[in-house]
Amino acid sequence: MIKVIHPGILMTIQDQGRVGFAHQGVPISGAMDLYAHNIANALVNNDEDQATIEITMGACTLEFLTDCEVSLTGGNFSPTLNESPLVMNKKLNVAEGSILKLGKRVYGTRTYLAIAGGIISEKILGSQSYYKSITDSFFLKKGDHIQIRNKKTTNKTSYAKLGEGDIYTNEPLTCYKGPEFERLTKEQQERIVTEAFTISRNNSRMGYILNESLENNLGSMLSSGVLPGTVQLTPSGKLIVLMRDCQVTGGYPRVLQLTEQSINKLAQKTTAEKVNFKIVG
Amino acid sequence: MHNPDDISYKQYGERGILVEWKAEINPATIKKIVDFKYKIQSEEEFIEDCIVGYNSLLITYKNTFSFNEKVERLIQISTATIKVTKENYLWRIPVCYADEYGFDLSELSKQLKLTKEEIIKLHTGTSYLVYFIGFLPGFLYLGGLDSQLFIDRKSTPLLKVPKGAVAIGGEQTGIYPNESAGGWHIIGNTPVSFFSIKNNSPCFAQSGDKIQFFPIDKDAYQNIKELISEGNFQIEKERIHD
Repeated sequence: MIKVIHPGILMTIQDQGRVGFAHQGVPISGAMDLYAHNIANALVNNDEDQATIEITMGACTLEFLTDCEVSLTGGNFSPTLNESPLVMNKKLNVAEGSILKLGKRVYGTRTYLAIAGGIISEKILGSQSYYKSITDSFFLKKGDHIQIRNKKTTNKTSYAKLGEGDIYTNEPLTCYKGPEFERLTKEQQERIVTEAFTISRNNSRMGYILNESLENNLGSMLSSGVLPGTVQLTPSGKLIVLMRDCQVTGGYPRVLQLTEQSINKLAQKTTAEKVNFKIVG
Repeated sequence: MHNPDDISYKQYGERGILVEWKAEINPATIKKIVDFKYKIQSEEEFIEDCIVGYNSLLITYKNTFSFNEKVERLIQISTATIKVTKENYLWRIPVCYADEYGFDLSELSKQLKLTKEEIIKLHTGTSYLVYFIGFLPGFLYLGGLDSQLFIDRKSTPLLKVPKGAVAIGGEQTGIYPNESAGGWHIIGNTPVSFFSIKNNSPCFAQSGDKIQFFPIDKDAYQNIKELISEGNFQIEKERIHD
């Protein structure tokens, strides 16, 4: 078991999401940065669909109540194990009683902790991903005990390590044209792909609102399906990038659709950071 | 890309195709969309999900694809004569319109210049087409509200609309499947659960189904609620044939 001593801003259990229930109005959810989630699992020899712990903006403390093998990927928040710096993107052997702390931000927004064998928690509609109104718990609290699947630890030291941070550098977010892109004026189309947009304070697992406004003369439209990574143009002229916990339908024009890799990349950005969009398809 | 029926196909990211019909809210359009959906779900593998909108179907695939090949396949399937068994139902939903459940009914009665009884009669006097599910898990977009019941949404939304609340807003009526914020006028409450994670298919209704409300008193409401908690309540339903 792992005890939550301090959960930080937001700590949740996530996997690859609740796939195939969008037609019933159920958000997909799942790890915001699926790439980091998947490699965290791979490093400890888990299948990619095992749940991991998603930690938003560091500042948390966890205590391991059993020996286990773990890995930490995604956002780097100066992690320490028993007050010694911990190497990320690598399999680590952790002894019972160890304390994991995340502190000062180096880069990124969301850190993933995978445990060899996986996490045991309620599985609803095929997924352990936390979501209010679907799962009983929707964030981990101080004092919570996270149950882990027992797996014999090999105690073998692993020397393999992944390179750090290369997907999180500030290159443009690649995207496809959204279904309503062609309805924008040439000038609006030009602005979307040339200007830098700033992430507002209003950013969460549901979506990121961007600060800059475009003139919007499209109004709204008949409600239609949306997906994580859909960029909508709101009546106020602001862009919203929908993220993993987004609703399944929406009535605002969909001007862009982020690639899967760009959703992961955006998930590692936060308030006041800038993004650029680049159309690749 | 177009095919004869004036359906358009647009690529939606790496794994999605958006199929669109003429932009209008119309039962005939929903029928076309539902028919299309049934056909491709029976014929096409590797589909992850199909999200119905008023005039659209967003198909997501399990893997990345060649857009042109997939569209060709969709046109081929949708224009072929394929017999599919559609399972659309008319569901009869009990609603208690008593003041403690329909707490906006008195105010609405003043605004609409109709008695409460007239409102209930109009609301239960017709069946509503399920266009699609969205906004919240298990929230049905229903069409067919009598125009005498059209009313602007509340200027200040209620932060906690109770689960099961039956409401009217704009030109629509709906049921809140769970407690949530909402700006519609609450006219009653149903003990029936529109979203239950215990079921493999958490919402019993789907696009193309119909909902018919019928009034019940407070005692019947409590009885049905108990039956539901014991797992002994069956919603009355009737198969819809084309």
